[in-house]
Amino acid sequence: MHISNGIINGPVAGIFAALALAALTVCVLRGRRDLDDRLAPMAGLVAAFIFAVQMLNFPIFTAGVSGHLLGGALAALLVGPWVGALCVAVVLVVQALVFGDGGVAMLGLNVTNMALLGTAVAYLLIAGLLRVLPRTPAGLGVTAFVSALLSVVVAAQGFVLQYWLGGTTDLGGNITGLAATMAGAHLLIGIGEGLITATTVVTVAKVRPDLVYALRALKPATPAPVPAVGGVR
Amino acid sequence: MGAGHAHVLYREASSPVHRLAPEVKIAAMVLFTVAVVATPREALWAFAGYAVLVAVVAVLARVGLRWLLLRSMIELPFVLFAFALPFLGAGERVSVAGLSLSVDGLYGGWNIVAKGTLGVLASLLLAATTTTRDLILGLDRLRCPEIVTQIATFMLRYLDVLVGEARRMRVARVSRGDDPRFLWQLRGFAAGVGALFLRAFERGERVYLAMLSRGYSGRMPAVWQGAGAATAGQWLAAATVPLVAVCIAATAVVLT
Repeated sequence: MHISNGIINGPVAGIFAALALAALTVCVLRGRRDLDDRLAPMAGLVAAFIFAVQMLNFPIFTAGVSGHLLGGALAALLVGPWVGALCVAVVLVVQALVFGDGGVAMLGLNVTNMALLGTAVAYLLIAGLLRVLPRTPAGLGVTAFVSALLSVVVAAQGFVLQYWLGGTTDLGGNITGLAATMAGAHLLIGIGEGLITATTVVTVAKVRPDLVYALRALKPATPAPVPAVGGVR
Repeated sequence: MGAGHAHVLYREASSPVHRLAPEVKIAAMVLFTVAVVATPREALWAFAGYAVLVAVVAVLARVGLRWLLLRSMIELPFVLFAFALPFLGAGERVSVAGLSLSVDGLYGGWNIVAKGTLGVLASLLLAATTTTRDLILGLDRLRCPEIVTQIATFMLRYLDVLVGEARRMRVARVSRGDDPRFLWQLRGFAAGVGALFLRAFERGERVYLAMLSRGYSGRMPAVWQGAGAATAGQWLAAATVPLVAVCIAATAVVLT
């Protein structure tokens, strides 16, 4: 869903850059409190994982963006919303600076959609669903699947909003068409993303539940289990 | 893994551009791109000017045309969209070779191709002349918060860990009788994605603990901070490119 230079006009890109910068500052301030010896390597690995899965992308012809997995829900589950948003943002910055994937001048737009919107929606859903669903691997899996699916679709609609505000080419009132294209394509991507997120998080939670931020932060009631192999951590 | 940590796009060479401090190059590249994006799309000559600038830097950096063209394929999805725009666009229409094309769409398509290509080429030139380590050092010197550079450092370091673990797991699958071809590899991969993540994490955690026990405190080594920081001369030399670009953009805005 990377937006390339020239698809959205300058002023709108500028406004979203300011918005993204302000939100990321909050993430930096809150994230510092979260980042301990356990979270630091996890944040790096989550970012590397997202970087790797975003390499697989395909064009959505009638929308002007590429379609790929986003990873916001995975980041929110494993490292929390603040560090998670930073992880996705770091991926986007490195991709823009080094690979030219997503224009540098469009970074604010891309960060808003994928790092902020995607992660925030995912974390709100996670926080809600984990309270309602049973505390089983299946419950966690469903939470991961649903939050990943919806966060991708909502992030895609962020692009529609931006195109409506400052798209450089008038599609003749075709904004609903664009919204439908983006929603359709990202529903499919979201299913793939949901499956990958759910498999990954459930596996991690089974072996090392202490590594899943969402379980630590939202389920303080359960005592930390002692892993059988590898000693007490 | 231990091999220098230079990314795939880095082109080992000794050129004036390679020798520039990374923070200077990052700042110049970002400014240049912003100037390009701010240029009105009707000012066709301005984009020719930017292309000349990019070509000059490419020659100075000893980066070949073939390499640049091959690597800019990443832009293809947007170029395809750009070619669709003349048909999708609204408003006034012109007839070209029997096809009815939207004027706004034609300009829109040109806008995306020109600005997108120039942006990608600028990024590629930065990538070709800057190692991963220098890139993060440059971000650090540009006052990027420590937590961000820390995540970026680990991300780039763990990419190798992740790729290495994926390769090991594939070898393990194949040696147990799995015979994956082309897309069918995906199934085996997807089934093992959780295990891959855990294995990479445990390896990454050991890397992290080893770093901690060698005195890592979340910041780049102090020796790197001071050595090779940009001099005023370097800032001035590198500023020529974005300055020329800003002048072109300003002229284009005034003229159109």
